[in-house]
Amino acid sequence: MPEDSIDRAPPAEATPDTATLLKRHPMQLLAIGAVLAATAAGFAYTGGFLTPQRLSPNHFIDAMETAAGGPHEGFRRAHAKGICIAGHFVGTPQGRALSSAAVFASGQPVSVSGRFAEAAPDPFAKDSSEAVRSMALRLQPAGAPEWRMAINDTPGLHVSTPQAFYENVVASTPDPATGKPDPAKMQAYLAKHPETAAFLARMKARVLAAGFAEDSYNSVDGFIFVAPNGARRLVRWTMQAEEPFATLTPAVRDARPANYVFDDLLARVAKGPVKWRMIATLAQPGDPNRAAEVWPADRAHVDMGELTIDHVESEATGNCQDINFDPLTLPPGVAPSDDPIPFARSAVYSVSFRRRTGESKAPSAVADKSAGARP
Amino acid sequence: MIRPAHRFPLLSRLLHWTMAALVLAMLFIGIGMVSTISPRYAQLVSIHKSIGIVILVLVAIRLINRLINPPPPLPADLPSWQVVAAKLSHWVLYLLMFALPLVGWGMLSAAGAPIVIFGSLHLPAILPHDAALFAVLRSTHTVLALLLFATFLAHLGAALFHALIRRDEVLPSMV
Repeated sequence: MPEDSIDRAPPAEATPDTATLLKRHPMQLLAIGAVLAATAAGFAYTGGFLTPQRLSPNHFIDAMETAAGGPHEGFRRAHAKGICIAGHFVGTPQGRALSSAAVFASGQPVSVSGRFAEAAPDPFAKDSSEAVRSMALRLQPAGAPEWRMAINDTPGLHVSTPQAFYENVVASTPDPATGKPDPAKMQAYLAKHPETAAFLARMKARVLAAGFAEDSYNSVDGFIFVAPNGARRLVRWTMQAEEPFATLTPAVRDARPANYVFDDLLARVAKGPVKWRMIATLAQPGDPNRAAEVWPADRAHVDMGELTIDHVESEATGNCQDINFDPLTLPPGVAPSDDPIPFARSAVYSVSFRRRTGESKAPSAVADKSAGARP
Repeated sequence: MIRPAHRFPLLSRLLHWTMAALVLAMLFIGIGMVSTISPRYAQLVSIHKSIGIVILVLVAIRLINRLINPPPPLPADLPSWQVVAAKLSHWVLYLLMFALPLVGWGMLSAAGAPIVIFGSLHLPAILPHDAALFAVLRSTHTVLALLLFATFLAHLGAALFHALIRRDEVLPSMV
């Protein structure tokens, strides 16, 4: 503590004691109290404490945990059952022309790590019951900013707004009395959100790929690619499987072991690398930048590069398990668009990450397994 | 206004008011960004990281300045408990202005997240990638931020008490 401030200046005049002062200045005391109360109230309002109906990322995770029958401690609140992957990405000259992102710049292999997962919140769900798979990636060019993405094998998303996503989670929550979602609530939700009904129809028409290797994954959301000359294009992209397409009948799936999708991936990568082409779809003016709406099939496609996955490994401390695949971790050359979903995903993933990292975690369903070259 | 016999040097006053604005903005941005899912979220997080580092640099300059330019004395007739409260709260403010940006930086490091300020400037990690460490630091960041807000309120209340009720030289010495 500085010595000098212990010295006191001589008093200009005698000041009464504090209690007397406060009694003599009731209005001033009231004014000070009002200033402090208003500041505290403003802080509480900004934090959403005075408006509990305003959707916060905590509301989202609370609702998702409730819909899942409670949190699965230590696991992601969605896409809980997964496995870590590694490999590399090589960009094309066409990709380089469309985005100045470092991953496309050199045409040299860029280090990639990531995670394959199934979308359900139950980390021990049977693979045969899972309908949605995802690919999460970190592309880390040497000496340049990394790019994270979390993309799905679905034809678009079931909603276009965070509000609709939340309403869908609430409508899907099992009724405590029956243990099942209330069909009336889901009917009411679908009546209000025809985009979800349209998505479910597309899902019904979709043929599910046999496994992670044969599957293709869509960015779902729209992003902006910024070209080296500054030109900005609204795009979506797909990691298009190079593996020949294959599918399994429901009967075959049901007869397979609980982790067959992961076992198949391990077996496949043990034989050699698996590859995808990254195909960007360019929006035309007027195309809806809403995740539930599919763009017309005739839109221009650009081959951005090739992804190679040559290593698979069970989740463990320090690898992909401890990474938040925040879809707004974007390098220069890729920017968020006015699609509102990635912003909400970023905020909600952050809460999921915070909760799970503070919990103790059981080993993942597919534990202590690996295949392919060590990265 | 009383013309203060003892006034903070100009640099001290500049640092005080600049940091007052930044710290108050940070508290509101911080509590706002963690409670929103709107497109403002990413922008707020980005601003929060940048201002955090600015505060860390400024508080280091301010501490050095304080050692070179000590603050003017408190009023001689200030009751001793208020002298203790004033000094303690000032050191708590200094401590928190250092701790919050460092814990924030450390927490992003432990999360394995890129730390980008001013849109494109990448800062190195100051801690290893460790999820459990992240969880502890993330909670610490919130607790310290709430403590900073409470200390700020006490500081504001005390400043107004000196200005409106005691009507002494304390506030004029800082303006």
